[in-house]
Amino acid sequence: MGAFCAWLLLTKRGIGYFPALIIAPVAIAAFGMLIERTMLRRLYQLDHLYGLLLTFGLALIIQGIFQNAYGSSGQPYQIPPVLVGVTNLGFMYLPVYRGWVVVVSAILCFGTWFAIERTRLGSTLRAATENPGLVQAFGINVPRIVTLTYGFGVGLAALAGVMAAPIYQVSPLMGADLIIVVFAVVVIGGMGSIMGSILTGFALGVIEGLTKVFYPEASNTVIFIIMAIVLLLKPTGMFGKAR
Amino acid sequence: VIWNFKEAIGFSARPVLLTAPAAAFAVMVLFFAAAPLFIYPVFLMQVLCFALFACAFNLLLGYVGLLSFGHAAFFGIAGYVCGHAAKVWGLTPELAIIVGSLAAIGLGIVIGALAIRRQGIYFAMITLAFAQMVYFYCVQARFTHGEDGIQGIPRGHLFGIVDLGHMTAIYVVVLAIFLAGFLLIYRIIHSPFGQVLKAIRENEARAVSLGYAVDRYKLIAFVLSAGLSGLAGAVDTLVFQLAALTNVHWTMSGEVVLMTLVGGLGTVFGPVVGAMIVVVMQQYLAELGSWVLVAQGAVFVVCVLAFRRGVVGELGHRLHTPL
Repeated sequence: MGAFCAWLLLTKRGIGYFPALIIAPVAIAAFGMLIERTMLRRLYQLDHLYGLLLTFGLALIIQGIFQNAYGSSGQPYQIPPVLVGVTNLGFMYLPVYRGWVVVVSAILCFGTWFAIERTRLGSTLRAATENPGLVQAFGINVPRIVTLTYGFGVGLAALAGVMAAPIYQVSPLMGADLIIVVFAVVVIGGMGSIMGSILTGFALGVIEGLTKVFYPEASNTVIFIIMAIVLLLKPTGMFGKAR
Repeated sequence: VIWNFKEAIGFSARPVLLTAPAAAFAVMVLFFAAAPLFIYPVFLMQVLCFALFACAFNLLLGYVGLLSFGHAAFFGIAGYVCGHAAKVWGLTPELAIIVGSLAAIGLGIVIGALAIRRQGIYFAMITLAFAQMVYFYCVQARFTHGEDGIQGIPRGHLFGIVDLGHMTAIYVVVLAIFLAGFLLIYRIIHSPFGQVLKAIRENEARAVSLGYAVDRYKLIAFVLSAGLSGLAGAVDTLVFQLAALTNVHWTMSGEVVLMTLVGGLGTVFGPVVGAMIVVVMQQYLAELGSWVLVAQGAVFVVCVLAFRRGVVGELGHRLHTPL
């Protein structure tokens, strides 16, 4: 949705890449919080699986609507002029745009990790996941924290979508194909560990890239093979805490 | 544990006739026996295949509480293996179906053994990831013919005698396989083994503390479910004479979840009713293209928010009998 939002902003309103980088995540985050407030909230006292099923249904609806409106084929999104071109790093050539994505995502990853692990807000959040009742008794509005966190997560995903738009084509299916890899990353990295997800995400990206070079047939499956090995050796994930 | 055989299969002397499930079963059999007179049989056979698939899936989600988002892998791979066996190896249909189901069982053992190491949402994510791996394999492997799928699979002669090219013959065979699978699942659910599965669903920690090897029970249930899904997939392949990528894709996994949810989680007859509803919905919405996705998503949302018991679950609740 983030990518689509950016594409819509560009083609319908003429708003460029950099404003879209802000507008799209905020808009989508607001949408996410609305969903959380109106629908997901009713399911918290039930099994987590119902939440999963609900979001799966919503994803189907959104994908179907976009597919109807814009077709299943990809829409091209131009790289902003400032970031076109290639730099020579001495040992390899790096397209400027990809370098930009690496830098921005590294900053964001560090920022998220810092916010959750090192700030007061982050410690409140971690306490709220650990024991919502007790935290609420201290006078902290836990439902609001949950909503904001949900919105923040959705916003980050939308931001990733905007950044991915010029690299991949903007299509209704781009999210569905990515989410499965994301699941594998979370399983391998271990849930509840931001650092784990960050390191695993980068490491798996590198491994997938390398497999593409040396043995392209396996590049789609290598992540899942690694996931199987990790599950065999350390079922809680590389960085996960035992639970 | 030394099991009394009669006890192990849940055999008992109490009268089973005239109970609500027995009546519902009779209605179901009568419906599917009479329906081909009014409804196009191929359509009904599709319903039957999906109904068996959904029942197998429900065995896992409804009775063990494990949400697998990768059941399309078992359905699809069995279809491919069955199709390959019937077309290239020239096996008779019953052998092709067995070979296909065995492939699903083998895959179920591997994926199940890995996936049961995690619980809840992780379990769903892991099964989805492995199913996707199977999908990529099917796109690339030589014997699946990639995007084309295996086409023109011969239905052949059952036991070398009965020509399944006849509509009546294949319909009877499909119905018989469905009923056999359905009764097997019913028997599993109502056996002592099934009681342990329900105990695990309700309170896993307690089942462990009572000394049950929970992981082993889960794995057996997973493999049973995978094998029965494979049976459904293999039969589906023979009916349509085609094994294609759509049967392995994750949307198929989503559809089987939807069928079970609409019909009623953890009810014996729910998946059958759900399969019928979903297949009918797809038939009537097919011309609307991708609006099918929107409709399916909307049904998901409505079911989760307001109709969690499903059609049969709601009915059973009203009648105060589990169906």
